[in-house]
Amino acid sequence: MKVDEAEKVKRKRKLISVEENNLEHPLEPWLRMERIPHIWCPTCGIGTAVTCFIEAMKKVNVPRKDICVVSGIGCSGRIAGYIRLDSFHTTHGRAIPFAAGLKLANPRLHVVVFSGDGDLVSIGGNHLIHTARRNIDITVLCINNFIYAMTGGQLAPTTPPTAIATTAPYGNYEHPFNLPLLAASCGAVYVARWTALHVRRLTKSIGEAFQKKGFSFVEIICPCTTLYARKNKLGTGLDLMKFYHDNSVIAHGADPKDVDIQFQSEIKVGKFVDIEKPCYLDNYNQYLKQKLGDKFKPYGVSDEEKH
Amino acid sequence: MKYWRTPLDVDRVKIPHGEVHIMRERCKGCGFCVEYCPKGILELSSEFNAKGYHPPIVTNGALCVHCQLCEMLCPEFAIFCVLKEEEVDHES
Amino acid sequence: MKADPAGVLTGEHYLDGDKACAEGALAAGCRFFAGYPITPSTEVAERISERFPLVGGIFIQMEDELASIAAVVGAAWSGVKSMTVTSGPGFSLMMENIGLGAMLETPCVIVNVQRGGPSTGLPTLPGQADMMQVRWGSHGDYEIIALSPNSPQECFDLTITAFNLSEQFRVPTFVMMDECVGHMTEKVVIPPAEEIEIYPRRFTKKKPEEYLPYAYQEDLVPEIVKAGDGYFFHVTGLTHDERGYPDMSWEMQEKCVHRLLDKINKNAGKIFIIEEENMENAEVVVISYGITSRVALRGIQLAQKAGMKNIGRMRLLTVWPFPEQRIRGLASRVKAFVMPEMNYGQVVREVERCAAGKCKTILVPHGGGTVHPPETIYQAIKEAYQ
Repeated sequence: MKVDEAEKVKRKRKLISVEENNLEHPLEPWLRMERIPHIWCPTCGIGTAVTCFIEAMKKVNVPRKDICVVSGIGCSGRIAGYIRLDSFHTTHGRAIPFAAGLKLANPRLHVVVFSGDGDLVSIGGNHLIHTARRNIDITVLCINNFIYAMTGGQLAPTTPPTAIATTAPYGNYEHPFNLPLLAASCGAVYVARWTALHVRRLTKSIGEAFQKKGFSFVEIICPCTTLYARKNKLGTGLDLMKFYHDNSVIAHGADPKDVDIQFQSEIKVGKFVDIEKPCYLDNYNQYLKQKLGDKFKPYGVSDEEKH
Repeated sequence: MKYWRTPLDVDRVKIPHGEVHIMRERCKGCGFCVEYCPKGILELSSEFNAKGYHPPIVTNGALCVHCQLCEMLCPEFAIFCVLKEEEVDHES
Repeated sequence: MKADPAGVLTGEHYLDGDKACAEGALAAGCRFFAGYPITPSTEVAERISERFPLVGGIFIQMEDELASIAAVVGAAWSGVKSMTVTSGPGFSLMMENIGLGAMLETPCVIVNVQRGGPSTGLPTLPGQADMMQVRWGSHGDYEIIALSPNSPQECFDLTITAFNLSEQFRVPTFVMMDECVGHMTEKVVIPPAEEIEIYPRRFTKKKPEEYLPYAYQEDLVPEIVKAGDGYFFHVTGLTHDERGYPDMSWEMQEKCVHRLLDKINKNAGKIFIIEEENMENAEVVVISYGITSRVALRGIQLAQKAGMKNIGRMRLLTVWPFPEQRIRGLASRVKAFVMPEMNYGQVVREVERCAAGKCKTILVPHGGGTVHPPETIYQAIKEAYQ
């Protein structure tokens, strides 16, 4: 029996109660509701990370129009498309330099790079280390699901040894990155790691990283059910969340060298690095002022602010 | 609320009460909220939504303490909690 | 709109092409530069790193060309005129994000001081072998504007023109210099700021509720916004609709991508800058661009001395979009086109395509490394007359 389009819509509407039509989720003003439901799988943790991010943004003391979100390519790269801020969905791996350009050209903006482990650390690795070295004042939120999810489950630089991926069908024999160690050794001033289960601590950490002057890096470990969990027979995202519950250890101030993750091993979470260091623009303005005196026209400072 | 001993600040601290709202059509049945509700008042219903998932239902709304863990854990923006009058209950 | 006097170094100078290009960028209002050193374009970056702190711009040497072009596109979305410079190998690296710039419709300028190629090639010697790459380098269908100066003065002038065109058409615009023009020192006259016309960025005046990032005007160019103004816009490299949201259907591909081509092609008349001489009764037309045009002049003089008359000269200051109609029109009444190029045949293919067999097309190739000997052009003109 053929059902025409109008009939289909009518039937769908009947299922949604009148009561539900009048409900508005508190995060809706921050989301591009015309694009919800999002594309992420059931039990994927990226939605949870986005919820924590928006909760953190609600609390920071920064005008909403000054917050920008830049994403790369991948499941996590789709984040920019769902948040109602000035958001940019850029090319694979180049979210960080794009964000650096955005921030340096208008220092009043607060730029957040919200992307995935493959995007930021593999193809974007070079940009991560240099932007951290320069201490450019952006916040990088790296969703780590240990795999390249969007393209079907390939190996990522964070995939733990012996885990299975489509390009490592017999198991991974490479050494993975220890992301907090990478960020800290390159000069990031704030390095933390949380899982999608630690919602409140993650929200607080995102807020701290955002307010921190300089390059802040927060690794968010999220369950990936369709690829990582399925290929490694770990159940669903809920089973991964239970694993995080039983195996994550809060270790604030731990040495980043000691927080690597092996396959289904203990996960140390917490705030590992929180230091002070002048950021790129501070260095630029102060050093050149010293060298050029009055001839120097500082960048990002209006004439009124200068005097 | 039953205590094994009465806390010293029981007359100052009020336990909040919340009302859970579930947007059934958005739910993808992940079960995060059900698993991590500290009062255990959510469970996956046996009904289906239009997508074919089992959305949660509230089994005992009176016990909700407005912790908002369900709201924060949900990846689908499908559940949230509204603060109701704060309940002062230290005698029972 | 007139140029900002802070960036205009008014006066008569002796500058090489690279430095003149840097001055042109400053005069045009460029205040963000992200680049990576590569011979022979490094002098542009060096000049800008010296001058920007004095005029209120920001210079950053990025870790590679990929980061440079990504930062340039990002800075443009903060509302600042931005630019990068490179040469052949770096140009190849930049291609993906040039595509992003074209898809997001970002105004920015990329200068390619061409050198001998392919691969590492001849780093310190000229070439003109990136002319097809500038048009087709990134994947997919898109259109860009490319200019070709032949003197340091033109490096200054055409860099300003490039910024103006990129703002007018919201498209990455290229200045295709070559090592010879880049490292050649000549007199460059920089006029006072009031005499320099600047095309301002087409910011929208609509309110955030009414504004759609890719709703286009009659000239097929949408109005732009910048981050931080409360528009909460979203832009993506995916095929998108007028709201800027991804829409991956073939209908949207037709609407979104086809307009990127029409934007330049239908407005080509406003973009062309072509110098012509002696065309009314021309029997042979010598077409050239860049440094080769100066040698072509000499070749024409040799031919005229040898008695050949009616040699028309056409110099393309805008190589892309290519003047198809003009070439098609000329092809019916001339005997031949002679095209000297410092490559083994790139833009000449466009000439040949447009001539469509109605007249001969003779290429005078040269692998690069030095300019053509004028005799080769004279020989080709002679051949054309037979």
